Amino acid sequence: MSVDLPTVRKIASLARIAVTDAEAAAIVPELNNILGWVEQLSAVDTDGIAPMTAVIPNSLRLRDDVVTDGNRRDDVLKNAPQAEHGFFAVPKVIE
Amino acid sequence: MTNAAEGDGMSTYRIQGATGDWEVVIGLEVHAQITTNAKLFSGASTKFGSEPNANVSLVDAAMPGMLPVPNGECIRQAVRTGMALGAEINRWSRFDRKNYFYADLPQGYQISQLYHPLVGEGSLMVEADEKAGIAAPKTIGIERIHVEQDAGKLMHDQHPTRSYVDLNRSGVALMEIVSRPDMRSPAEAGAYLRKLRSILRYVGSCDGNMEEGSMRADVNVSVRKAGEPFGTRTETKNVNSVRFVMATIEYEANRQVDVIEGGGTIVQETRLFDPDRTETRSMRSKEDAHDYRYFPDPDLLPLELSDAFLSECEASLPELPDAKRTRYETALGLSPYQAAVITADVETARWFEALLGETAVAQGKSEAEVAKTASNWLTSDLFGALNRLGVSIGDSPVTTANGAALLALVADGTLSGSLAKQVFEIMLETGDAPGRIVDERGLRQTSDTGAIEAVIADVMARNADKVAEYRGGKDKLFGFFVGQTMKAMAGKGNPAAINDLLKKALG
Repeated sequence: MSVDLPTVRKIASLARIAVTDAEAAAIVPELNNILGWVEQLSAVDTDGIAPMTAVIPNSLRLRDDVVTDGNRRDDVLKNAPQAEHGFFAVPKVIE
Repeated sequence: MTNAAEGDGMSTYRIQGATGDWEVVIGLEVHAQITTNAKLFSGASTKFGSEPNANVSLVDAAMPGMLPVPNGECIRQAVRTGMALGAEINRWSRFDRKNYFYADLPQGYQISQLYHPLVGEGSLMVEADEKAGIAAPKTIGIERIHVEQDAGKLMHDQHPTRSYVDLNRSGVALMEIVSRPDMRSPAEAGAYLRKLRSILRYVGSCDGNMEEGSMRADVNVSVRKAGEPFGTRTETKNVNSVRFVMATIEYEANRQVDVIEGGGTIVQETRLFDPDRTETRSMRSKEDAHDYRYFPDPDLLPLELSDAFLSECEASLPELPDAKRTRYETALGLSPYQAAVITADVETARWFEALLGETAVAQGKSEAEVAKTASNWLTSDLFGALNRLGVSIGDSPVTTANGAALLALVADGTLSGSLAKQVFEIMLETGDAPGRIVDERGLRQTSDTGAIEAVIADVMARNADKVAEYRGGKDKLFGFFVGQTMKAMAGKGNPAAINDLLKKALG
């Protein structure tokens, strides 16, 4: 698997990462190196082996249905570039 | 006109185009908010109508380093819902990230389940409804149910250049219930939604409140000539009432036929329903907006369900509407119509069962013996009154205990049918117990033979001429005597006793 320049530009745009043309050109071989390195894994025969999700036996823990959080609007809005009347205020987005 | 040659073959709903009749194919994706106290992955409250951003934890605001921990009750309710729809429950499921950028989604991705949903295939049956063109009961397939996060809410009209973001709804648990493309008319889609809502409310997994957005549907519509393969579909997003879903289908099917017959092609796209203009329009989103780059969420291990968990889900399911309806017909002897009306909503069914229990106790009879009386009174007298007052059964001014007491007063002869109606009106106004109303206002029916005979004797004495005419063969005058006697007793005489005694006295 490998990526080309248009793919890199598209991924960057989908991820909302600003990338200059020069940076995008440099990223193509970097990503391809990483992909090539990871691709070595496909040399291992994994037929009939269930995918592993953790190296130790572990299962998803569930929480009880109890309200333990919230009522911390000041914390939540603290890092917002703009907040008004208890809302985040963002550039107008409307379909 | 040809009907589609397929298994269901029932619906005859067609769009009449210039080139012939078109069949409509409909699939619904219903987003139902799971009724819980806390959100899907955080301990913040799900309460509707709170102050903006009050029910937001640092997890819901997607602050760096925060980790999701699933709320067990959300999983349990989705599993119970799946069981109620006869669906396969997947003991092993997994959460995936659906990546997209929007101001109401602080994480930049929605945690959902694409590859391994919690619930697999099930189905739901809609009843025949001839008036709506549903000739026979029809089974609608359900493809899957998965659990996912809701997004926040945007307000665009508060500021000239800013949108306001409220994250109270962000992270609230949703079930997405995906149907098969099995519906063929707006009426079938409406019936499916109503039945689904009914089942969710019985199970208690969703309150079904469409006004508050607890249930919303994405409506997939395509058209085809009978017997042809499926056409290209469009998806109209977030339609929030049964009526609007039906209007969306009607509009969209006609639009598609016009486009195709005008030589155009249908583009697979996302559309919006505009309730003010009763039309749908394209959302014109960027072409790569749907490149969601799903992948398993590395913050969450696979979800594995134990036998004990599944047994509890199964055991805690209530009697569901189909089973209840059948039991009302067979064990209680109700008519199919009454059984359907009473079981359609869980709140009505609960009210009826409380009334039935209390009525049986009050009269010392079995529930089956009093079921018809109780259901007749409920569906005619009480429903009529509630309609008039514009209140739901949950807000009925008459309690089940008082309803049962009223029926008991009729059964033991204290009240005649017409006196019972008078007492009922007073109950509606005051909320008082019928026994008290009868005592305070002296509305008791008189069945005392001696008292009735005395009144009859008086009536006959005052109308000797009419008595003679009656005895001379003018049978029609019998009604006159009944009326006079009833009037003399201020409407409180037992009508049956008056009849019997009059017949005797008049010879």
